[in-house]
Parts: sequence; C-alpha cells; structure tokens
Amino acid sequence: MDMFRRYSRALIVGALVCAGVGTTGAQKRSSAVPSSPSDKAVIHVLNRIGFGPAQGDVERVRRIGLAAYMEQQLQPDRLPDEKLEARLAGFGTLKLSTQDIARNYYLPAQMARRQAQRTKGNDPAMTTDTPAVPGMTGMAPGRPGVEGKDRTPEERKAAQAERVVLAELMQQKVLRAAYSDKQLQEVMVDFWFNHFNVFAGKGQTRIYLTEYERDTIRPRVFGKFRDLLGAVAEAPAMLFYLDNWQSSAPEGTAMTQMNQQDGRRQQRMQRRGAMRGGGAGAGRPGMAGRGGTMADLPQARQNRRPRGVNENYARELMELHTLGVDGGYTQKDVQEIARAFTGWTLSQPRQGGSFRFEPRMHDNGEKTVLGMHLKKGGGKKDGEHVLDLLAKHPSTATFVATKLARRFVSDNPPRALVERAASRFRETDGDIREVVRTIITSPEFFDTAAYRAKVKSPFEFVASAIRATGADAVNALPLVQQLRELGMPLYGAQPPTGYADRADAWVNTGALLNRMNFALALSSGKLRGVTPTAAMSQQWIASGALAGDVSEPTRATVAKATEPAQAVALLLGSPEFQRK
Amino acid sequence: MISRRIFLKDGALALVSLGFAPTFLARTVEGAQGTRQKILITIFQRGAVDGLNMFVPFGEADYYAARPSLAIAKPGADANTAVDLDGFFGMHPRMRPLKALWDSGSMAVVHACGSHEDTRSHFDAQDYMESATPGVKSTPDGWMNRYLHAKEHQKATPFRAVALAQQLPRALQGTAPALAIGQISQFGIRAGQSTDMVQSSFEAEYAAAAGSVLHSTGREAFDAVRMMKQADPAQYAPSNGAEYPRSPFGEALKQIAQLVKADVGLEVAFAESGNWDHHANEGSATGILANRLDDLARGIAALTRDLGDRMADVVVMTMSEFGRAVAENGTRGTDHGHGNAMMIIGGGVRGDKVYGKWPGLSREQRHDGRDLAITTDFRAVFNEVVRGHLGLTDTARVFPGFTGAQRLGLFKGTATI
Repeated sequence: MDMFRRYSRALIVGALVCAGVGTTGAQKRSSAVPSSPSDKAVIHVLNRIGFGPAQGDVERVRRIGLAAYMEQQLQPDRLPDEKLEARLAGFGTLKLSTQDIARNYYLPAQMARRQAQRTKGNDPAMTTDTPAVPGMTGMAPGRPGVEGKDRTPEERKAAQAERVVLAELMQQKVLRAAYSDKQLQEVMVDFWFNHFNVFAGKGQTRIYLTEYERDTIRPRVFGKFRDLLGAVAEAPAMLFYLDNWQSSAPEGTAMTQMNQQDGRRQQRMQRRGAMRGGGAGAGRPGMAGRGGTMADLPQARQNRRPRGVNENYARELMELHTLGVDGGYTQKDVQEIARAFTGWTLSQPRQGGSFRFEPRMHDNGEKTVLGMHLKKGGGKKDGEHVLDLLAKHPSTATFVATKLARRFVSDNPPRALVERAASRFRETDGDIREVVRTIITSPEFFDTAAYRAKVKSPFEFVASAIRATGADAVNALPLVQQLRELGMPLYGAQPPTGYADRADAWVNTGALLNRMNFALALSSGKLRGVTPTAAMSQQWIASGALAGDVSEPTRATVAKATEPAQAVALLLGSPEFQRK
Repeated sequence: MISRRIFLKDGALALVSLGFAPTFLARTVEGAQGTRQKILITIFQRGAVDGLNMFVPFGEADYYAARPSLAIAKPGADANTAVDLDGFFGMHPRMRPLKALWDSGSMAVVHACGSHEDTRSHFDAQDYMESATPGVKSTPDGWMNRYLHAKEHQKATPFRAVALAQQLPRALQGTAPALAIGQISQFGIRAGQSTDMVQSSFEAEYAAAAGSVLHSTGREAFDAVRMMKQADPAQYAPSNGAEYPRSPFGEALKQIAQLVKADVGLEVAFAESGNWDHHANEGSATGILANRLDDLARGIAALTRDLGDRMADVVVMTMSEFGRAVAENGTRGTDHGHGNAMMIIGGGVRGDKVYGKWPGLSREQRHDGRDLAITTDFRAVFNEVVRGHLGLTDTARVFPGFTGAQRLGLFKGTATI
C-alpha cells in the first residue's frame, strides 16, 4: 500500500497542480479533475465511477479527455450502449410489465403449487418464499422450499417459468456492470437500489423487482432526490417489503362480524370496517375480537398482520432513506408518519397490481410530524407533505452526501467534502447529479489518500474481474451463483440497510478464500458460459488494470505460474486486485 | 477484533520460528490447558414447527379436543404414544432417541415460549428471532454476531463462529468474523493438482499486503485452511457408534462435531433444519411431522453421542420462528400460531424439566383465542444461555432493548425465580 501511495502521490497530485484548481469550499463548481492525468488517475476514475478498467479503456478515456469522459458518464442518456443491449436482447422478462410477469410467470406456479398442495402437507406460502433460482437458493436463509422430487410435473414446469424472471434480472445486473458503457449509471443504480433496499426473499416483493429497478430506480438515479423518494414510496416492491401496503387506520370491532364469512367477503367487509373505523390510538385493534377465526381464513391471509397501523416503512423512511439514525426524530414522529402513510397500498396485490391510495384505509386525523402540523382530512397529501419535509431536511442532505462520498471516495470520507456535497444538495433542491459531480470532481476524490483506499464489494470484484480479463459471459448465471458464494447474493440483502459499503464488512476469512477460488474458476474457464478471451493477458492486468501497483511477491508468484490462466488467477485473487 | 489482529501481529514471530505451523494451533493448545472452551450449537427449525406435537401437553383435555386427528395419544404401552416426561408433558414418540438425554438430566424444554411481536410471516418472525430485536427491522447484525463482539476473545480463531450452511444466516451476520461453510471438506483453495502451489503463491501475496486488513485476514485464511487440512475431514469417523441421519441436517451436525473435536477454536455454531410448515396432512405419531422429528431427534442424539465427554462443555439450543395454532385445520394440518417450545441440551443444563409458565389451552387461555400463549420471551432463553453457558455477564449489547427480568434458572449455578 505504501508503495502505491508513493507512486501515486507524485502522479496524481502532480497532475492536480497542473490543473491549477483551488480547493476551497466556496468554489463549488470548481473541478479538481486533472487536465493531463496520469494513468493512475485515469484508472482511479474507472475504478470509482465504474466497475474498473477494461482493456483499451485508459486510451479511450485519454482520447475523450478525462473531464469530458466524466461529464459523459454524468449524462448517460446521451450515450449509446448497443453492445450491452445486444447482450440483454434475449431476456424477455426485462421489458414486461409486472402484470404480465405475474400472469405469465408467477401465478401459474402458484396455482400449480396450490393444486399439488391439496395432496401434500407443505405450505405453498413457504415455497413461494424461496424460489429455486441459481444464486437465490438459501437467499432467505432457511425456509427451505419443497424441492425437486416432491413436485408434480405441472408444478415443476411452472416453477421453472417462475425462475426465469429472477434469473434474467440477476444476469442483467451483472452484465450491465461488466459491459455497459454507462458505467457510472450502473454504479448509481446499484447505489440507490441498495439505499432503498428491498429483499427478493420476502413474499411478493420479487414479482415487482424487475419493475422496481427498471421503472422506479433507474430513470431517477441522477434526478431530484424528492422525485426518487416519492417513486420509491409508491413502489409496490417497497410497499410489500416494509409492509406499508397493509397499514391502515385502526378499526373498531368489525372483525368479529366477519367470522362467519367466506374469504372474499371478509376482504370486502374489512374495507368497510376501515371506513367505520378511524379512531386513532387503539394499539392493536381488532385483535380481541378476532376469536378463533384466523384458522378459517385462507392461508395466504394468515400470514398477514392484524389490521392496524404498521410502522415499518415510517421508521426506515427516516432512519435509512432520509434523515439517518441520528437525524433528529422521535418514536412519536415514527408513529405520526406511519399514520400519514396509512392507505398507501396496492390494488390486486397478488396479481401484480400497482400503487393505490385507499382513502378508506387512511387515518384522516390531524398529525404532527417533526414539528410540522398536518391538518385533518389531508388524505394522500399527508404522505406527500411528509416526503417534502424529509427531502428538504438538512439531515437528509448530510446523510445522502455521506453515503455517496463513502461510495466514491473512502470508507470514512473527509468531513469537508461531505459538507460541500451536502450544501450542494441543499442549494440544488436535492439534485443528485450535482451532488455526485461535486464529489467526483473534488480534490478529495483525486487525493492520494483516496487512491486504492477502498476494498471492492464482491459485486465490484466480480464485475471488475470480467472487465479486466475481457471474459465473454454468454451465460451470466455462474457469476450470479458465485456472488452468492462470495456472500453478496443479488437482490438478496435481507435487512433494509442493504449491503454495507465498508471494507470490514467484506474482508473475512471465508470470503477471501472464495475470491481466490473465483479467480481460479474464472481464469481457467470453469464457469460455464463465461469464456476468458484469448487476449487475456497477465501483463495487461498488472500494468493496465492494476496501474502497475503490484507488490514484488505478487510479481514473483505470477512469474512462477505454470500456465497463463494460473498467472491471471494469481493476479485476480491478489490483495492488490481486491482494492479499487 | 482489534485484539485479535494485535495477537496476529505478535503471532507473526511464531510463524517465522515455526515455519508454516498454523499460528492459532498454539492458541488452541494453550486454550486446552486452561478452562475448556464452552461451545454453543444453535439449531433453527425453519418453517415454524408444531411445538404442541413436539412436546405434547397430554395432561390437557383441550389439547385432545382441538386436535381430533392430529393429537398424540397419552403415554401408554403402544410405541405410538407420547413419551412421558413429567406426567403432564410428553415427547413425540419419534423423538424417543432423546429420552436418554432427558433421563440423564441434561435436557430441558422451555414451553409456551417465543416472540411477543405478533407477526405471522415466516420471513419477519425468523428475521426477528435471528436479530433478537423483535419489531426492529433495521438491526444490521444478528444476535450471535453481537455476542462475538460483546465477548472479546483474545485467542479467537477463524473457526470461532461457523454456520454449516451455504450462506451466513442472519443470526451470525455482522462485523465480527464468522464463517459459512457448506462442506468442510471443500474448505480451502481449489485448483486441482496445482492446489498446493497456488495456495502458497496466494499466501506469499497476502503476506506482503503489508499493514492492511487484507494482510491479517489473508494470513488467517491460510492458517484456517491448514488447520482444516490437519483435521482431515474426509476421513472422519464418529465416535461411540454414533449414527447420524443421512440428511442435510445430519450432515451439518456431523461436521459440527468434527469441528468441535478437531479443536479448531469453535465457540458458536449454527445449523438449520427445514420443512416444518405443515398446513395439511401433518400426520400424528406417524406422517410428515413425525418423519421430520425423527430426523431432528436422531441428529441431535447422534451429535451428543459422538461428542461424548465433550458435551460437558457444549450446549445445543433449538428454536423455531413461531408455533402453530392449537386447533387443527380443515386439511389435517395446523396453521401459523404463536407460542412454541425450545430445547436446551448439554452440560451444565438443569435438565429433566419443562420450563416456563404453562398458560393452558382452553379458548380463553389462548392467544387471540386460538394459539398457545407466550409466557417466556425467547430472548430470556437466549440470554440465559449466553450468560449461564457462554459466561458473558453483561448481555445488554447482545440483546438491546431486552430488559431480561425473567430468570428461568436453566443452568446449574444460576438462580431460579
């Protein structure tokens, strides 16, 4: 590490001086992007605003100019990406609406399971919790589903169809990171998905994942934060994942009357009950009167919570999406915000339906949120006001700026940089593109302290290895599978915190050995459908991908390798390649 | 973690003088001379086991009234009747392999136990049980991982916390090092015939990654690989004629026993047993649930037999996310319920007893009028195991928000209420 730093200090800082850029916070639009950058500076940029250099990238960036290249990356809509599109062309489900996905892929599988379940003792709800997708098995650790041998042919066929959806989605994520020319956009999609994390293993969430990433996250990664926040608040994937779709104003006694009704009528009654209800503050209403009737409800309904306010979304909205855990809110705020979002639900949730505000579930009483008064009768506006307030809150600017700076610069980003990025957030009304520009053109970004200071996440490691070797992934499923073994299953972060963005989360004994084994498998062509190219060269990886920052022992071991593939493995699995 | 790394730095001297001797071999030898390492093995029964048929309240008339086709008959001469434990509770007949443990006083049951958080979703309930913060979703780490932090271990090896699973379970996730191993015989560098050469090459690379987290973790990784190789898992033969069931669960327990006996520094282990969600055709003394319980009981019985004397330092604890409804449903199964039963087996356990206040099964005694009520928070059990067995006195960081007023007295030398 010290050696890398010695080299880089001269090269990066030298270039910076050439650019003659000031470093004071006042010059917000100033840029520290070197005008005649060293190779190390270019590779640093490729590592941080993308998934690492591929062969030819450094030259390409030099032709465009480093500053111009970064600007292109900040405006991805203007960039063509035909090669990637060709790779994704075969994945039919990526373009489907959720309704079509539900109708053509998930519902048949559910029906087949129900059918089969009549003669067996396994719960269909269990099997739907854990679809057998490569790289997803065991994603919800446990809930082992009913596998192979117990299945009827119809069940098996339907389950296969169901698997296609997630398999295509997972593959596209890896392929985009590895091959898209809009590298920064993919970094941002990964970042924001993780910021607004949802988990594929939780119930119906997975039906909505394709749509969530494609329609909710992707189009807004460089937009206004408030817009993204609002889109997520209405996204079915989030409504499912954090249970808000079931959150409704407390009701009185309606449940007791439902006991004798059939399932469908119960649902209708429940809605009517909500209209009659609306009295606030009654803890867990309806429970006393529920009697022994839950057993009579259809199975799918048994897993639901009793009617009432659910605080999960409200809490994470503040703690993880906006203010941050120390952002200055109380449990009372959580409760009030939860009330504000009652009735933000879904139409036809089991058929892939979309967001719906249901006035009959909404608590229309007055509320006080973070000192702001919401008049009674606000309806859907209650939630909108809360989102406005949170998006504008200074804690949100700091929280988002910190996370972005951590992603792009270092695990503990310099405070001055965070402050400048946060102030840019505030003065641009949460313009994400501007905040990112502030960070990636900052002196701190180009400082030697940031150079190779971050350890790659498993996803970054895998994508960067594909790029460094120029491997051709005709089938990306082995990569998806490998990511699970590396401890980072795609769409598989269970808690709403998403995956950590710090080295200590990723460097541990088992994970490190798995990285070395991945390097060996990839370079020797053992991942079926992922072909190392003939042009794959250890010289290029050492000098190009690693900017020559290779220790003497690594050089020596690579030199002793008995075959080229082994040499490449020893580079990809080396400590140097784990950094970016 | 910090002290561990400091130790490793010191350990570098040992590496120089001993050549390639595993750096923590010395540590475990040292450990064996002092007090023996206490070990906790947790078993998660995913899918919500039917606790009322696992540990049968045969003394309750309401039990039989609610389960006309599923109830386990009162203890009797027939092999398909409950195995009497204390004149009120019995074990499912297929759990008979555990009877010897009960009789020897090293097995306890906590009944009517679980989470007061009222979710009936498997996902949420498992999540809450593994984070041990019911109702708080954003808890980033699992309780077992927080234990690793709370009890600093100066001589921790990479095998201190191991899940026999493809992926680290939520209970073990967090910033303290923990290993997920699917097959311990597969642990290490996999490069066919070149394995040794490739391994030493990587080792040289990581040894040179000076001053970084990669350096120390890399060192540890290769120590671990050597350690495992010495243990020679492929050649393992269980002791005392123990026969593990040929199931994923049996395999996992067998490998845990291997790790225990190999003295690789194991302190907390995790295994899971799946497929407990029986909404239809659950069966009674025979059938689906019976077969699952057979696997569970034979697995645990084999583990304890295999470990022999070492069980004095080992505790096995079972858990499941919630129980099942008292009454059977229209498809001869049981639906999602509330309270459940946990097993605590091992040295130091004050066994031969069913713990917890029994709430009764009449309609008014049930939770929501339909489920076994909860009289013991599952964290009270976790907490007592961490204190009474693993010896951590201040568990506030392991179970944040849990007041822990309830004392069961599961362990010898701990106070009863």
